[in-house]
Amino acid sequence: MAVRGCSSSLTRGFHRNMLMAKVVPYLSAGHSKARLYSIYTTTTFDPNEEKFDKILIANRGEIACRVMKTCREMGIKSVAIYSEADAQSLHVEMADEAVCVGPPPTGESYNKMENVMKAIKQTGAQAVHPGYGFLSENKDFAKMLEQEGVAFIGPDTLALQAMGDKIESKQLANNAKVNTIPGYDGVLKDEEEAVKMANQIGYPVMLKASAGGGGKGMRIAWNDAETREGFRLSTDEAASSFGDSRLLIEKFIDNPRHIEIQVLCDRHGNSLYLNERECSIQRRNQKVIEEAPSTFIDPDTRSAMGEQAVALANAVDYVSAGTVEFLVDSQRNFYFLEMNTRLQVEHPITECITGVDIVQEMIRIAKGHPLKLKQSDIPINGWSVECRVYAENPYKNFGLPSVGRLYRYQEPSYLPNVRVDSGIREGSEISIYYDSMISKLITYGKDRPEALQKMSRALDEYVIKGVKHNISLLQDVLGHEKFISGDISTNFLPEHYPDGFKGYQLQKDEKSNLLAVACCVHLKQEQKSRAFLNQTSLMPSVPRLSQASFVIISDGVHHKATINETAFGYEIHVGDSNIMVDKNWSLSQNNPSLLGLNHTPQVMQEDVSHILISLVDPIALISVDGTEYSMKVITAEASRLQSLMPEKVAADLSGEVHAPMPGKLHALQVQVGQQVGEGQEVCVVEAMKMLNSLHAGKSGKVKKIFFKVGDNVSEEEVILEID
Amino acid sequence: MECLSSQGKLTARERINLLVDPGSFVEFDMFAEHRCSDFGMDSDEKRHPGDGVVTGHGLINGRVTYVFSQDFTVHGGTLSSAHAKKICKIMDHALNTGAPVIRPQDSGGARIQEGVESLAGYADIFHRNVMASGVIPQISLIMGPCAGGAVYSPALTDFTFMIKDTSYLFITGPDVVKAVTQEDVTHEQLGGAKTHTSVSGVAHGAFENDIDGLTKLRELFSYLPLSNRDPAQSYSQMTLPSQVITTGNRLVPVLDHIVPFESIKPYDMLDVIHAIVDNRSFFEIMPAYAKNIVIGFARMNGRTVGIVGNQPKVASGCLDINSSVKGARFVRFCDAFNIPLITFVDVPGFLPGTSQEYGGIIRHGAKLLYAYSEATVPKITVITRKAYGGAYDVMSSKHIGGDINYTWPTAEVAVMGAQGAVKIIFRGESDIAQAEQEYIEKFANPFPAAVRGFVDDIIQPSTTRVRLCRDLDLLSTKKKENPTKKHANMPL
Repeated sequence: MAVRGCSSSLTRGFHRNMLMAKVVPYLSAGHSKARLYSIYTTTTFDPNEEKFDKILIANRGEIACRVMKTCREMGIKSVAIYSEADAQSLHVEMADEAVCVGPPPTGESYNKMENVMKAIKQTGAQAVHPGYGFLSENKDFAKMLEQEGVAFIGPDTLALQAMGDKIESKQLANNAKVNTIPGYDGVLKDEEEAVKMANQIGYPVMLKASAGGGGKGMRIAWNDAETREGFRLSTDEAASSFGDSRLLIEKFIDNPRHIEIQVLCDRHGNSLYLNERECSIQRRNQKVIEEAPSTFIDPDTRSAMGEQAVALANAVDYVSAGTVEFLVDSQRNFYFLEMNTRLQVEHPITECITGVDIVQEMIRIAKGHPLKLKQSDIPINGWSVECRVYAENPYKNFGLPSVGRLYRYQEPSYLPNVRVDSGIREGSEISIYYDSMISKLITYGKDRPEALQKMSRALDEYVIKGVKHNISLLQDVLGHEKFISGDISTNFLPEHYPDGFKGYQLQKDEKSNLLAVACCVHLKQEQKSRAFLNQTSLMPSVPRLSQASFVIISDGVHHKATINETAFGYEIHVGDSNIMVDKNWSLSQNNPSLLGLNHTPQVMQEDVSHILISLVDPIALISVDGTEYSMKVITAEASRLQSLMPEKVAADLSGEVHAPMPGKLHALQVQVGQQVGEGQEVCVVEAMKMLNSLHAGKSGKVKKIFFKVGDNVSEEEVILEID
Repeated sequence: MECLSSQGKLTARERINLLVDPGSFVEFDMFAEHRCSDFGMDSDEKRHPGDGVVTGHGLINGRVTYVFSQDFTVHGGTLSSAHAKKICKIMDHALNTGAPVIRPQDSGGARIQEGVESLAGYADIFHRNVMASGVIPQISLIMGPCAGGAVYSPALTDFTFMIKDTSYLFITGPDVVKAVTQEDVTHEQLGGAKTHTSVSGVAHGAFENDIDGLTKLRELFSYLPLSNRDPAQSYSQMTLPSQVITTGNRLVPVLDHIVPFESIKPYDMLDVIHAIVDNRSFFEIMPAYAKNIVIGFARMNGRTVGIVGNQPKVASGCLDINSSVKGARFVRFCDAFNIPLITFVDVPGFLPGTSQEYGGIIRHGAKLLYAYSEATVPKITVITRKAYGGAYDVMSSKHIGGDINYTWPTAEVAVMGAQGAVKIIFRGESDIAQAEQEYIEKFANPFPAAVRGFVDDIIQPSTTRVRLCRDLDLLSTKKKENPTKKHANMPL
């Protein structure tokens, strides 16, 4: 992260960057870049072993592509299913066959069992891999497959049922002598009961959907009022996400770590654990950064957790891959949280450190083969980290979904020890219908510092244009001293960013460097504007613009700068520093776009973060570590006059309730003419399968409502007005 | 002066200094004074050297432009005979030398004390506006009030821009409106930037403030030739020797994904335009008016092009009265100034309905047809999806002189959509669904047009930029002349 370093590396960087940029394949195929060598050193694949001929992958996006990759390696044909919105997506293209299963909403396509069944029959697939989410933990679906004689690549219905129900799973865990969290062993009937039980257990409490997972339908309450609101929202969310609105309540363990154990069990009574994954960096109960192994777990705790996890799996005759999630407190006491009876999003980090292809083992197990590995075969090779790269705005609540089309997209998968699991490519659209994850970026190394350093580099080189993304947040967390020392908990983000994430904070010399770059960019622009070719009437004495004085406006502050083009480079004087910038680069070189809207020529630096420059003339947006800095370069004359320009008064928006993100209006709690108080919940917007309650910005009467329940709303659209 | 700055307005000279390169401005007639002696105008304090307008020439990024900037602090920037003479002088210069005129306007109107002399001054300017039209680009930037007869000069120029909140354009002000029609209306509602850029279509764009407006004009200027004697403006691409992929042979993968499979689903034509042009840089003209058609300037491999595209996102991209007129005037500007035209077609037809028919859609739609037919600059057309009915003919089709016409594989070239067509062809027959399917198979694809040579090729969208850049090189020597005539008689 050398922009954090000194100015000389910045200037040297320019030239080298350009060279580096050239070896980057220009047309990003997005996905097809083969890894140089396989990470699967432990798994041995026997091509003569009996196998399925054709597998249908009942999922979309990155996980569908991930499963297909292993299918390919095993010589198994793959079938994709897709909704109308996904017709042109990568997983459809990768598959040997593809079947459309309905319109974009998941309830009418990926989650619609009849349609998926039809696709299975139509293509004659012998087995179904459900991925995660959608039908992966749906026992009815598994039952339906069983009746049709199609193999479900996952656990049996019995285990799905037992573990899918949080109440039942907790009882089972208790019986299997697995540590559990204190709570109420039953389903909550109503708000009143929720409040009563909450007081019995003692605040804080956690409300969660009995059928849930992935943070959906899950809420923490610190008092009675929050319990009531949480009960309502979680009930709705659980109903819409899982079709089952039952909720339970338990003690919320403050400042815990979220650590989970990957298990693998076959039909022959063999079961193993593939060590732990540390998933403590979360926002709103969704994981953001995961690593394996955990810095916190010693070998004794590891084997204790592993053995309990296996015991629980055996208690339900578990088959296939599963994950037992634990909360671990500061004394290394661990409590069973839930068991996920599917392939986890973050499975690649386990694959990286153990060398086991989990998908391949799942397919083998479903075919009835025994595990070839013993517990003693499972190594911990080095360290692995995964970052979930989301299409979202990290400055709002650590991430609110952002939708759009990726007009430039380049994965850093050409770097060594980097794995990118994604289901999109340049040109893909991130839509409101599905999860906002762009990709999973996984790196590995001989130890944690190496894995983290590779991650930082990979994030630097990741090019995502067209949607907002959370790379700045990921980079900032990776560079945080507490994270580096391994001192983390599930409260990491709110604890260390109490006022929300504000982007990377520049040091003084870094700031000068950025001002200098902005100045260079502007001069180059101006020079380019004079490089016209075919004019009949030229003024004879148009001098080459080789020196100029500009003023750079950044954060409302005017910085005077002078720039001189010399034989060696650009010499910029800004503030009290002199900065040299190499001149042998062209803004359009590794990014053809330069002038106009939101385009971002990139200047990559050797050991430096990516500096992205985009020009909305005359504004240069320069981003470091994914954080954007807006720099407006103007003439000294314009700077002098700027103070005369009227400040446009922004309209008073407190009376308007805006959609914070694109989505669907899920519920309206108020009517026109109704009196509302400041902070009162007025409506709920469903986006990316999450419900977000919106509150009145001021007290008053509802003047007008612009949408009705079920309508789609775009970001910043006014939903209702309060007078 | 303080009065000006309290309104957020700059002085006439400050405006010129921001518009042209520092130190390049050369002033004319600094000592000119009015010669009026009525109403006490001959007193010394009523005489001001320059008489309310600063005129001269300067450079914008090294290229010449003439400029006159009205000074509201001198008699409200009103137009006297001396004031008009100064303007006429630089317009004559501009016409003779072949350089544009840029006009930051800020004037209370005619100098009433001078009576008919002032009117004569306006007419002198109008006449020069018309004579210069199509010879040199003329750009008006309304930076204050502009009322009465004064409004016709901007209307005669090629582009009129406004500054938000500080500029007004109207024939008569709110007071007269109230007296005549009893309507209560504010300055802003009657003739503010919002009204003229989104409702009336009088202005081609609005800017936040004086500085923003003058900076943006410099950008627009970079796309324009100095006069009709120059070819389309072209910039060196400054390609480094080490560069393998030049900007001209860049593939654009994103184009393969923009047009949705379902023919009824909207998409944003600006996504297509931004992806194809140099640096995603598109100077859109009239972005807030008749949004169902998109027009503006861009560069392809450094060369200026004019882009016209139907916008499926708004009203399905249909052609109506406003969009036809908006498109037609832009096409004629490009033709007059040798700027090649690239047309992106996704049009379901002309908008039906009484309001359109009564408003004269036939007459106005004909303008766009006329403009495209008459244009002799290189014309390249890309049909991205629908090209239905008469609108297909209008949108730079082969038949009206398109030089190179492409379709994407998603294109449908037909008289109308399948449903409507089947209802007519198979009126009264029972198996409509099958007939519809047959029609779709026959016409909802680019082949019928390609078989007949009405399109030159069906191309992979991601290769569009490569082809357009090559075609523009090829067509840069195109020479075509319409029959000699005094002037044509377009359906005004």
